[in-house]
Amino acid sequence: MKMKKLSLIITIASAVIILVSCKTGTQPADTGKKVTITAAGATFPMPYYNQVFEMYTKNTGILVTYGGIGSGGGIRSLSDKVVDFGATDAYLTDDKIKEMPADIVHIPTCLGAVVIAYNLPGIDELKLTEDLLEKIFMGEITNWNDPAIKANNEGLVLPDKNTLVVHRSDGSGTTFIFSDYMSKISPLWAEKVGAGKSLNWPAGIGAKGNPGVAGTISQTEGAIGYIGSEYAFAQKIQIAKVRNSSGNYIAPSVESISAAAKGAIPDDTRAMITNTDDPEGYPISGFTWLILYKEQSYDRRSKAQATETLNLLNWIISPEAQEVTQKVNYSPLPDEVVEKAKNILKSVTYKGEILMK
Amino acid sequence: MRGERLVKAIILLASIIVLLIAAGMVLSLMTGSIPAFKEFGIKFIFSSDWIPTEGRERYGALPFISGTLLTSVVALIICLPLSFSVSVFLGEYFKGTKLAAVIGSMVNLLAGIPSIVYGLWGFYVLRPVIVNLGLSSQGFGIFTSALILAVMIIPYASSLSNEVISMVPVQLKEAAYSLGATRREVIFAVIIPSASSGIIASYILALGRALGETMAVTMLIGNANIIPKGLFSMGNTMASVIANQFGEAEGLKLSSLIAIGLLLFIITGIVNYIGKAIMKRLQ
Repeated sequence: MKMKKLSLIITIASAVIILVSCKTGTQPADTGKKVTITAAGATFPMPYYNQVFEMYTKNTGILVTYGGIGSGGGIRSLSDKVVDFGATDAYLTDDKIKEMPADIVHIPTCLGAVVIAYNLPGIDELKLTEDLLEKIFMGEITNWNDPAIKANNEGLVLPDKNTLVVHRSDGSGTTFIFSDYMSKISPLWAEKVGAGKSLNWPAGIGAKGNPGVAGTISQTEGAIGYIGSEYAFAQKIQIAKVRNSSGNYIAPSVESISAAAKGAIPDDTRAMITNTDDPEGYPISGFTWLILYKEQSYDRRSKAQATETLNLLNWIISPEAQEVTQKVNYSPLPDEVVEKAKNILKSVTYKGEILMK
Repeated sequence: MRGERLVKAIILLASIIVLLIAAGMVLSLMTGSIPAFKEFGIKFIFSSDWIPTEGRERYGALPFISGTLLTSVVALIICLPLSFSVSVFLGEYFKGTKLAAVIGSMVNLLAGIPSIVYGLWGFYVLRPVIVNLGLSSQGFGIFTSALILAVMIIPYASSLSNEVISMVPVQLKEAAYSLGATRREVIFAVIIPSASSGIIASYILALGRALGETMAVTMLIGNANIIPKGLFSMGNTMASVIANQFGEAEGLKLSSLIAIGLLLFIITGIVNYIGKAIMKRLQ
C-alpha cells in the first residue's frame, strides 16, 4: 500500500514538472497578458535605475526588473536575448557591435564621475594635477611629503606617510572611465597600463566594488584611490580637486559633471567625455548607457513588448525621471544629449516600422 | 516486489544524476578553457603575466596558483596546533563533560559563520592588529588571509578528528595505562597512531576548504596579481580572482578564468588523492 502511494506521488510530481516545463515553452500571447520588462547590466547606475524603475511600475503598472550583474553581463544578456535591454558603462566599439547578433543602439541615461578619494586626517583641500595623478597611481610617488605634492599644495602640512593606492579588484566601468582618463593625460600610463575595465596595476592593492575601495581608504591613513561619484557622494570621505584641461581645479559635483558633457557629442552618443574641454567640467566624468536591438522584432517578441520597452526608455530621459538623478548622486543629461537620445529612440523599429513618433 | 524495484530505480537515477552533474561541470570547464590553453599553451600555468588591457592581453595562472597554495598551506600550519588540541581536549581529556559539550558546539558554530562575516572581522579587527604589531604597513596580504583561513578551517579539521580520537578502543588505552604509561604517553603513543588516518583525513578536508575559500580571502589578500614575495606580501588566489573578475570578463579573459577554475579543480583533486594515499598507507 505504502509503495503504491509513493508511486502515485511520483507520478503526480512528474506530471506537474512536465506541465510546468511545457508552459514555459509556449509562445507569449500577444494580447491580454501584462507586459513585464527585464533588464540587466551595469552596477554603477543601479541606484538610479532602481529608483526610476520603481516609479515607473507605480505609474504604469508595468513591472520592470533590473539585475545588476555588471556591464559585461549586460552585454552578454542582450546578446543571448534574455533581456529586453542591457546596461553598460562602456560603449560598444564598432567591432563589438558587429559581434552582436543584430545591430544595437545606445541610449545614454545619466552621467557619473570617478572621484579621487583619500584619507589624510585634517587635510581637506588636496589639489591634484595630471602629473601628480600619474606619479601617485604609477607608484612613483610613495610618500605624502613628496616635494611634488607639496609644491602643488602650498599651505597644506602633508604628513610623512606612505601612500597606498587602492584600486578595484573586480572588472568595472569605474575603472574603465578612470583608466581612459589616465591614458589621455599620461603617455606613460597609456603605454604601460592602458585603459580597460580591469588593468595590470603597477602599484597598490585591489578591493572589491566601490564599498570595498571606500572602506579600505577610510580604514587606512595615507590611502588614495578612485570611487564612483554616486557612491562617494553618499559617504563622508575626502575628495581631491582635479585640474582639468583648462587648468582649473574642479571638485566633482552635479554641475561640474554635467558640464563635462557639454562638448561635442556624436549623434549616436558613443563618446568618452573624460578630459573635457569645458572650463567648468570635471575631467573624470562619463555617460552610462542602455543598449537594445535596433530591430525589435526578434525571437517571437510581441509588438506590445517592444512598444513598452521604448516607452520606458523614453520616460527615463524625460525631465521627470532625470530629476531623480541628483537625489541618488548622479548628474542629469544636458538637453542636447537628451535630444540626441530621443532621435536614437526614433530610429528603433518593429518589423521595419518606427515605433516612437 | 514492485516497491523494491522502484526504490532501486530511484536510487540508481539519483546516483546517475549526481555523476552527470559532476561530469558536466568538468566538461564545461574543459571546453571553456580551450581558447586560453590554445592561445598560451602549457605556459599559461607557469606565466605570471596578467594583462587584461585590450590589444595586449596576456594571461598566466602562476600568481594565483602560488597565492592559493601559500595561503592554504600556511593556514593549515597555523590551524594544526589549535585544532589538534581542541580534538584531543574534546575526544580524550574532557570527553563527555559539559565543558566539552560547550566548546564542541562553539567550534561547530565557527563552521556556520558565513565567510563574509569572517572577511569583515578580518578587515576591521584583525588587520589593524597586524598593522599595530608592525608586521606589515597596511595589513593586507598572504599572512592575514592565512590567519583568517586558519580560524575558518578549525571546525573542519577538529570535528572529524575528535570523532576518531574518541572512537579509539578503551581496551587499547587501558592496556597502555596498565603498563604504567602516563596520559601524555597514551595520547602520543596509542591514540594518535591508531587514529592517524582519520586525523589526516580531517586535515585534508580542511585544506580543501581553504583552497576554495573566496570571500574572506578577497577582502584581506590585497588582490595584487603578482607572485607573493613573502609571507607579508600581497597576492591573490584562484578562487578570489575568479569571483572578482568573472562578472566583466569576456573572450580570452573569460576563458582564462575558466581555465583557472579547471586548475583549481585539478589541484583539489590532487590534494584529495594524496590524502587518500596517505590514509591507505597508514591503515
